[in-house]
Amino acid sequence: MPDESKDPKPISPESSAPASAAEAGTPTASTPKSAEPVKTSAAPATADSASNPAAPTSEGKPAAPAAAAKPTAPPAKPTPKPEGPKPEPWDSDLVRKLKAQYGSGIKEASTYVGQKYLVVDSSIVYEILLRMHDDELFDYCVDITAVHYPKREQQFDVVYVLYSFHNNERVRVKTQIQEGETLRSAFSIWPTANWLEREVFDMFGISFDEHPGLKRILLPDGWKGHPLRKDYPILQQDQEWVQINLGIESGQ
Amino acid sequence: MSDFENDYRHAKPGQSGPGIVDYLDLETKDQTYLDATELVLNMGPQHPSTHGVLRVILKLDGEKVLGTECVIGYLHRGVEKIAENRTYAMFNPYVDRMDYVAAVSNGLGYCEAVEKLLNAEAPPRAQYIRVILTELCRIASHQVWLGTHALDIGALTPLFYCFRDREEILKIFEKYCGARLTTHAFRIGGCIYEAYDGFEQDCLKFCEHFLPKLNEYEELLTTNRIWVRRTKGVGILKPEDCIALGVTGPVLRASGVKWDLRKAQPYEAYKNFEFEIPTGVNGDTYDRYLVRIEEMRQSVRIIRQAVEGLPTGPIMAKIPKVLKPPVGEIYHSIEAPKGELGYFIVSDGSTQPYRVRVRPPSFVNLQALDKMVRGLLVADVVAVIGTLDIVLGEVDR
Repeated sequence: MPDESKDPKPISPESSAPASAAEAGTPTASTPKSAEPVKTSAAPATADSASNPAAPTSEGKPAAPAAAAKPTAPPAKPTPKPEGPKPEPWDSDLVRKLKAQYGSGIKEASTYVGQKYLVVDSSIVYEILLRMHDDELFDYCVDITAVHYPKREQQFDVVYVLYSFHNNERVRVKTQIQEGETLRSAFSIWPTANWLEREVFDMFGISFDEHPGLKRILLPDGWKGHPLRKDYPILQQDQEWVQINLGIESGQ
Repeated sequence: MSDFENDYRHAKPGQSGPGIVDYLDLETKDQTYLDATELVLNMGPQHPSTHGVLRVILKLDGEKVLGTECVIGYLHRGVEKIAENRTYAMFNPYVDRMDYVAAVSNGLGYCEAVEKLLNAEAPPRAQYIRVILTELCRIASHQVWLGTHALDIGALTPLFYCFRDREEILKIFEKYCGARLTTHAFRIGGCIYEAYDGFEQDCLKFCEHFLPKLNEYEELLTTNRIWVRRTKGVGILKPEDCIALGVTGPVLRASGVKWDLRKAQPYEAYKNFEFEIPTGVNGDTYDRYLVRIEEMRQSVRIIRQAVEGLPTGPIMAKIPKVLKPPVGEIYHSIEAPKGELGYFIVSDGSTQPYRVRVRPPSFVNLQALDKMVRGLLVADVVAVIGTLDIVLGEVDR
């Protein structure tokens, strides 16, 4: 595992080489994102070494033979990448009711590839969840999880996946919180939130108020750090904990 | 001594409501339990009936269970973290290692989720092959459950029967993709292997042979007096409790909720097949047994229809070699043998997923253990762990 994880972007050399050559060849053109295929093999080779010497070295040795073999097979992907689906506004009675009541607290109501989601302010997320459960019959809390965006000011997305048995409908409720900010536990709405929130706490360090027993669930109690944060590298471990509790130098 | 203790002392099965905290603070200094009549007993993690490395701390009054606390995580491998450091295709084999007795289902869920993110769909033939293998896998998973569950309760023979017949399914897997357990049978966009010569015949032959075998299992257990006494009325879970606790799969259906993702939100080719959703009435261990047995019959029905209707054509959708799904996030779930298996994937447009969240059915179902065993005897805890059908590889991930 360690040798694999040292390479952060494992791309097969065959597929990456034409793309990197095309990128390196573009300095001759005016627009860097031009989709034109590269004209000759000599030009990109010189451009490679002259203007962007870092690219071939970072690619490692497989890039060189692939670039040399290129004139026979010109870059196969001159067509621009098709645009992915975009979130579309989601309009329904539920959204209109919520918007009328909470106004700007509902930041976004969209569907993405047919999946509905709401982005709400963290101050009203408990009210929204309670309302979804009591009035809108979302009686099954499928999942609670989080996503870490370290570059954002509000670092964490907390995602609640809800399902309604009555309407056969699934909705995600998302909220964004800062480091250190807490949310009210959804345990009093759905008891299933107990372990799901413990896992979020364990993996991200997000605390939930009024939780019946917020402690680590998958990692040992004394562990330091929250592994699913982006600033926690994949090889990191709590050395001290490993040495004290397992009696070995390192777990790797 | 305290409110906390009173809660448990007077708890009767099925009485403790969602407001009661299912959490034992055993490390509190001022509660030594030395003067109490309770006994704190540690079960597992190395206990044969906990199906892996599950540790349950039982609080007992004699033989009666007053409360439990599950300690999990012994098998934690950080699968979700690994996913962030692999490409979409490279992560595919890892999902097989979560619920390793139903590896095919895990792979199906993951491939479908990424396909949804890529806005692609597997061709019809691939979908049918997927359905056939997934239903075979459901039968295999239920066979492992039945064998070990019966073994826990004291019936030795079903284990041998189940594993004998499961072998036929594993042979089909082996012939199809070379692996028996962690199959990695599907790829994002379809299947990589064409059905081998005689695949259809093998499947039909299995169906034909398996139905009488299923009756044999039932002859051993369904009317067996010991089996009935050990399972009827044990570990009752009411439908409203199931829903509140997020319990899915056969456990939910045994409580009388007719809900199956294959019908509720059909994925793959499931809308083309006729099958019933078996449900129970009492929500006890016996009903869960009947539901799973019936599910195996329904799986056989689906396999037969799928083999007969197996279309021709390509088995792989046209997807790029290097997968770069557009920026976005999706949640996709399938009906795994144990319940709703969901994948929440966030893409940032690069070759690696930004975040993969697995919603494991075993993990969520295990939460119901405390509610189910309160007021029962220690021996029933073993039966209830068995009936929940957990796989610790999936609970801990």
